[in-house]
Amino acid sequence: MAKKSIKVRAKHKDGVTTVKALMTHPMESGLRKNSKGEAIPAHFIQEVVCEVGGNMVMNAHWSGGVSKNPYLSFKFDGGQGQTLKLTWTDNKGESDSIESAIG
Amino acid sequence: MHLMGLAGMAGMLPGSLHATAKQPRDIYETPAFGNVCLMHITDCHAQLNPIYFREPNVNLGIGAALGNPPHLVGNALLQQFGIEPGGRAAHAFSYLDFATAANTYGKVGGFAHLASLVKRLRAERGDGNSLLLDGGDTWQGSGTAYWTRGMDMVQACNLLGVDIMTGHWEFTYQDSEVIDNIGAFNGEFVAQNVKVTEEALFDYKFSEFDGFDEDRGLAFKPYTVRSVNGVRVAVIGQAFPYTPIANPQRFIPDWTFGIRDEQMQAVVDRVRGEEKPDLVVVLSHNGMDVDLKMASRVTGIDVIFGGHTHDGMPAPSVVENRSGKTLVTNAGSNGKFLGVLDLDVRNGKLQGYQYRLLPVFSNLLPADAEMQAHIDKVRAPYLEKLQEPLAVAGETLYRRGNFNGTFDQVICDALTTVNDAQISLSPGFRWGTTVIPGQTITMEHVMDQTCITYPETYRREMSGADIKAILEDVCDNLFNPDPYFQQGGDMVRLGGLDYVCDPRQSFGKRISSMSLDDGTPIDAGKQYMVSGWATVGSQSPGRPVWDVVADYLRDQKQVKLKKLNTPKLVGMEGNPGLADYPAS
Amino acid sequence: MNNLRRLILKGSMAAGTLGVAAGAGLLVPSQALAAWPKEAFGQKTLDGALSVLLGSDEMGESADVSIKAPEIAENGAVVPVTVTASMANVESITIAAPNNPAPLVASFDFASGAHGYASTRIKMGKSGDVIAIVKADGKLYSARKNVKVTIGGCGG
Repeated sequence: MAKKSIKVRAKHKDGVTTVKALMTHPMESGLRKNSKGEAIPAHFIQEVVCEVGGNMVMNAHWSGGVSKNPYLSFKFDGGQGQTLKLTWTDNKGESDSIESAIG
Repeated sequence: MHLMGLAGMAGMLPGSLHATAKQPRDIYETPAFGNVCLMHITDCHAQLNPIYFREPNVNLGIGAALGNPPHLVGNALLQQFGIEPGGRAAHAFSYLDFATAANTYGKVGGFAHLASLVKRLRAERGDGNSLLLDGGDTWQGSGTAYWTRGMDMVQACNLLGVDIMTGHWEFTYQDSEVIDNIGAFNGEFVAQNVKVTEEALFDYKFSEFDGFDEDRGLAFKPYTVRSVNGVRVAVIGQAFPYTPIANPQRFIPDWTFGIRDEQMQAVVDRVRGEEKPDLVVVLSHNGMDVDLKMASRVTGIDVIFGGHTHDGMPAPSVVENRSGKTLVTNAGSNGKFLGVLDLDVRNGKLQGYQYRLLPVFSNLLPADAEMQAHIDKVRAPYLEKLQEPLAVAGETLYRRGNFNGTFDQVICDALTTVNDAQISLSPGFRWGTTVIPGQTITMEHVMDQTCITYPETYRREMSGADIKAILEDVCDNLFNPDPYFQQGGDMVRLGGLDYVCDPRQSFGKRISSMSLDDGTPIDAGKQYMVSGWATVGSQSPGRPVWDVVADYLRDQKQVKLKKLNTPKLVGMEGNPGLADYPAS
Repeated sequence: MNNLRRLILKGSMAAGTLGVAAGAGLLVPSQALAAWPKEAFGQKTLDGALSVLLGSDEMGESADVSIKAPEIAENGAVVPVTVTASMANVESITIAAPNNPAPLVASFDFASGAHGYASTRIKMGKSGDVIAIVKADGKLYSARKNVKVTIGGCGG
């Protein structure tokens, strides 16, 4: 998987950090067929993990029912001045991660 | 808010359409009233020149809409609004005796004639005492609009002096063209219900655009406030909520729409709190049924100026809600009408109103020279192509109505014939001008009926079950009893296929007894060769539909339909939204 | 944290799932990670998926769970869904579309001060409900919203 597959924006306001992330990924469910009627192999992100200061904040598990080029947003307390790390791993074992300062 | 009662209602029609005590100078003489005049055009569909436009004989109201405006046609409509049958007004507002009346009264609309009327009213009401609002569907619908990517209409609207607009078909150009056209428009473009998707906000390509509000995620300015004769008038925009569903999303991938009535309430509350307006109006492209429901739920709106559903309603509907009343208008289509709402606004409140939906009869209004010069100029490079004669109309050719119009049938017959298909599908648009018997059908008429930015045709096999699924899906967009699920188009037009339709049924149960023209029942599991156009999901491979229709027409000397593929209706007996219907 | 631990146990019971994930070189954070709940995602019914994932399909509709999704999807392949759970101690939010061939779409486990809030985009093949299931203090709460998926076209 190409690097820089993740865009992330993490903003801190009034004690709460809001994370918005956009990942580039085909998210093939394995349930679709191509024009020849052959099954298109499954290829989707299974897991997204967010850590802040070494602590896990959010751990998402996905099926191929999440849309192509997935968008994700979540919130947590604190985070001011810290760095966030977001990592995805797909069903083929490929993964990518990004670190971003919380603004 | 005090509204004029029923006695006032009768006075909302153009003066000479009624027996009034004082004989007016002409049908456009409207007595002065109040202190603010809001003029409204909508859904002109880029018709710069005078045209014919036949109002529908089928506009069914289902459930709570049964028998209520706008779901009235012909005599039922005339009776509701107190219009004398047989006269000029009856011709303007109904389909009755269309061809004969069209010959008598002539063409309608045309921006040069509209400009004369607007200028006259502006002068009569006094400088600075009026605004001109445009509800959208302005940049699409003609060959010149298509070829200039809507710019001919932006310039025409600048000459006309449109102050504020919103949109729908405007969004069928590429997003960058929409942004450029708004930049060239001298007025303001407002839409509270168009947001930039969260995904697009990561790297938004129009972040420099004036109307973009990053914090609220709004793609366009939601409202504007103008001072009119010292009265503060707030105008909130409501673009067509289902644009990316009814039209291709691929041209505008970064924008997301929706009715968003909770957000509308929030905007109204914010505007009333922060801007201290004397009057709050919504310039809407919801469609009339959606506007009527929105008016019942959202409070604090004085007037909704509506469009989209092309309902030429002679008087507003008055809708009660938790905190007061809201007027809902709908001003027809194709440049045929100018809505004129005179308002008495005092002490920060609407005290009374006078409404007229003035039909623009081209031969009663001189052509404005400046506008005519613009029209001639933009048409000049395309004139030869537009004026190509193709065939002669052997009967009135029109589109508007819930089911196949006669011009739709020509398009469907062209698709089945030229593309060698058993069945054809054509979208139930509500625009498209009318050709009267004996008139030469030109390429311009074909463009008026078909001109969209996704005109490509297709020819492919579909199963009987697939075809039924399409009919049921579109039928639910039209007849869902909840207006918020209605998308404001008409039923998909069909060639070579008959069916029975019961609009009262629920989703998936309205369509039955599908059969080919020769009576053979459609088999759900069997494949049929189908041709159509205007695919929303992805670009089709075939030629533009106007070339297919032109080919077909060139082969016909005179167009006389062999058959109109219009469904047998169940349970619609006595529905005042139905008259002169052939198959029931 | 109990929730995460329970999922690990469940994962290890589901035929070697954890082993596969670890072998694939997962970037394991400082805390132990839950494995991808393969068995739950493979369930053909919502009840089955929830029983496997959350240990129960017993849940009550709750006004403390709000689900935001369009009345009519602009694109069935990209339906925005946002779930907000306003009760205390939210451990997880699960999003499901019962009319999809695989009803369980996504699950979000929260820790370290995360709010009961998740927003994503899901695929819907046809009209139907989107269901949000919230686990808080060991109990399940839910909300649902119907989304119409249309063929589109023919408007205007």
